[in-house]
Amino acid sequence: MLDTRILDELRKIVGTDQVATDRQDLICYGYDATQMEFLPDAVVHPGSTEEVAAILKLANREGIPVFPRGAGSGFTGGALPKGGGIVLVVTRLNRILRIDTENLIAEVEPGVVTEQFQLAVEKLGLFYPPDPASLKFSTLGGNVAENAGGPRCVKYGVTRDFVMGLEVVLPTGEIIRTGGETYKGVVGYDLTRLLCGSEGSLGVITKIIFKLLPLPEAKKTMLTIFDSIDGAAKAVSAIIGGKIIPTTLEFMDYATLTCVERRFSLGIPAEGRAVLLIEVDGDRDLIEKQAERIHEIIRPLGLVQFKVAKDAAESEALWRVRRLVSPSLRDVNPDKFNEDIVVPRSKVPDVIRRIEKIQQRYDIPIVNFGHAGDGNIHVNVMIDKQVEGQEEKAHEAIAEVFRAALDLSGTMSGEHGVGLAKQPYIHLELTQAQVAAMQAIKKALDPNNILNPGKMFPVEI
Amino acid sequence: MLNRKVIDLDPLKRIENELKKCVKCGACRANCPAFAAYGKEPAVARGKIALAQHLLKGDIELDGATYAAMSKCLLCGSCVEKCPNEVPTDEIVMVAREALAKERGLTTFHQAVGRVIRNRRLMNFGALAGRILGPLFFRKVPATSGLRLRFPLPFVGGKRHIPQIARKPFMDRHPEVIPGEPGKPRILFFVGCMTNFVYTEVGEAALALFRHLGCTVIIPKDQQCCGLPGMSGGDLDTVRGLAEKNLAALERYEADYVMTACATCGGALHKFYPAVIGRKHPELMERCRALAEKTVDAAVLLQKLGLNPEETGAGDELRITYHDPCHLRTRNITRQPRELLTATPGVGLAEMAGADRCCGLGGTFNVYHYDASMRINTGKTEAIVATGAQAVVTGCPGCMMQLSDGLHHAGSRVRVLHTLEILARRLRKTP
Repeated sequence: MLDTRILDELRKIVGTDQVATDRQDLICYGYDATQMEFLPDAVVHPGSTEEVAAILKLANREGIPVFPRGAGSGFTGGALPKGGGIVLVVTRLNRILRIDTENLIAEVEPGVVTEQFQLAVEKLGLFYPPDPASLKFSTLGGNVAENAGGPRCVKYGVTRDFVMGLEVVLPTGEIIRTGGETYKGVVGYDLTRLLCGSEGSLGVITKIIFKLLPLPEAKKTMLTIFDSIDGAAKAVSAIIGGKIIPTTLEFMDYATLTCVERRFSLGIPAEGRAVLLIEVDGDRDLIEKQAERIHEIIRPLGLVQFKVAKDAAESEALWRVRRLVSPSLRDVNPDKFNEDIVVPRSKVPDVIRRIEKIQQRYDIPIVNFGHAGDGNIHVNVMIDKQVEGQEEKAHEAIAEVFRAALDLSGTMSGEHGVGLAKQPYIHLELTQAQVAAMQAIKKALDPNNILNPGKMFPVEI
Repeated sequence: MLNRKVIDLDPLKRIENELKKCVKCGACRANCPAFAAYGKEPAVARGKIALAQHLLKGDIELDGATYAAMSKCLLCGSCVEKCPNEVPTDEIVMVAREALAKERGLTTFHQAVGRVIRNRRLMNFGALAGRILGPLFFRKVPATSGLRLRFPLPFVGGKRHIPQIARKPFMDRHPEVIPGEPGKPRILFFVGCMTNFVYTEVGEAALALFRHLGCTVIIPKDQQCCGLPGMSGGDLDTVRGLAEKNLAALERYEADYVMTACATCGGALHKFYPAVIGRKHPELMERCRALAEKTVDAAVLLQKLGLNPEETGAGDELRITYHDPCHLRTRNITRQPRELLTATPGVGLAEMAGADRCCGLGGTFNVYHYDASMRINTGKTEAIVATGAQAVVTGCPGCMMQLSDGLHHAGSRVRVLHTLEILARRLRKTP
């Protein structure tokens, strides 16, 4: 519980209606998609950069932890108020400030929902490609703070690749700008890139300048089914080796297929062992040719089915297979740990084989799907928390999966971040010296350790 | 908390397993009209589910803040439709409201609702009183042939634009059985209060259309309110009583279908009777399920029975736009009314942006949260007006009232019509 004096100050900054302390409100801002829960002491909804700065000044002076939050849809607990403090919700800052069609940039506030922004720029013939699965509800501020990815990243890159500049409130309350509106710019350290993926630990993002692209004329969706995982994996390398970079190369393994088919009976051929959902975009005649070329390239690789969507409705029908994965997984087991390892794309079959062995060793179902094009695999460890010992077993299996990814020159997380969920494993990937360098940065910017404390690094500074 | 009294969580325990399905992913934030109006997490499905879970754990109470959160739901089912784990938040909110009503007592408004909907005679009297006393309380709004309150009444804000109450309720105008041709389907017409007392022309249109197809139409006189207004307030005892009466009324006749021309009544019979009443009273479950299976929306049934709108529908040119009522949309009824309407001579359909978005009425939501309800409605009104349509057409008398209110406030002359009114236009002109 915060002192009345501090609550009064907060109310003075943002207005009485924008400070909540009812237990019900605290509960509603204490969770995210990790399903962990912590109760904050207060929830504050600032309405401007200046209000954010005033809150951070106050918190820094008083030593109160502050947890920045967008939609609260993260998978690693980045927005969770572990240990209590103030949850700072930025969703009132939700204006698209400008879309500059001459310079192909846009400036937005952090609370804008990703899809709303995409629709707004697409109306003007422009394109913002990053497409995390949560794009219908996640916020751009959260996307930047977590450096979100998505299926289209194989061709276009991740959120970071579109961030040109930021306005940030530092933990001490100063407002700074990083980067700018020009593609080139080499004056000073690149703080913009440092802040992308900093998980709300170095500053609160209050404005973002994004780079935009011209909207591709058309896209083409293909659903391809292979008789082996190797065939599907070889297809990925062969397509890219064939000098075609698809927008999307989504992959689903046999376990995933079985789940979806059992629940929804989509008529997936019985000999199918892996699915690749492929999408290309660009000029209409170019993508026709690319689709034909892709068919030629993958035909010898054990192709069981090749479906091309003729229009948007058919494309949506093909995507349905992918979208139904999540609801089907619950049939395997009620609880899941959703990890997002990455390996170089040529090593996808190796890592899948290793995961299969881990699955056998620990006797827990593991379902794999994800973005094969950039080697980013969603590894879903399915358990029932009610069964004693399963959760512990899952954690051991997850550590094994991480080791396998690292062993194959990969990383533990491509999109979700570290937060609380991957904190115990961070030493598997980072050396002490690396962690020390990162912590030195944290300490320099946040001397009192008030901004999203207790995240990412296992040891408190 | 030592002196905490024990609260009755039985209603919530019935849905404990449903509560566990929510993984707090946040997908409901994209689709919830109440969240769009309030912008804060207790208003969204995920927040309400978290609160229900904490109620069961016993670390919050059925107090004012819980009540405030649970009241911010239109029961529109948008979150359920888009939920990756198919969590039935609408049912969860109903039982949470039941628990709240048990603990805190029904609100005065919902006590009144219960008294009225339990008692057909009272409702008939209310309609009569409304007609006679109407001019005292209301002044007429000529543009839309609706009414506007002269001064605020309890439960009805001064701003609400009320449709006119019919001179004679629909059910009083017709015998119980209207025989059709032998061998043609026998249809039980579940009329619903809004059609019976306010939008009687919807009932007349339904009757004309099914008679045109040779059907026998049966209008059991002992049918009651579907109960959804009570359900939305957590008054499940009242709803159980109504459900039992309706089950009995609709089981009295052998029939092929139970037809509704009100999306809300249809939703109650088709979905909420089994999901809420059947779940609470397992002895009624089988009958609820049997009724649910027979229940079909008028437009869907007309299409199934092969209605040709060229024979029955409007002849004059009419540019319309269509609004999807939540309680049709969540039952996947979006295509059929559009197909019938566009097959009607002279009718041109211009789709509005966000036709599938809730109008903001939400049963009794608009009574407690009139301003939020109209905030939700504003986008709808703008979308309707932007199409340039002369009329907005929909399949729910509840939506019709809300859409009229919004259009009236915006000073628009766009008319509000029911799908069946368009389809039956020629039949009604030349009896």
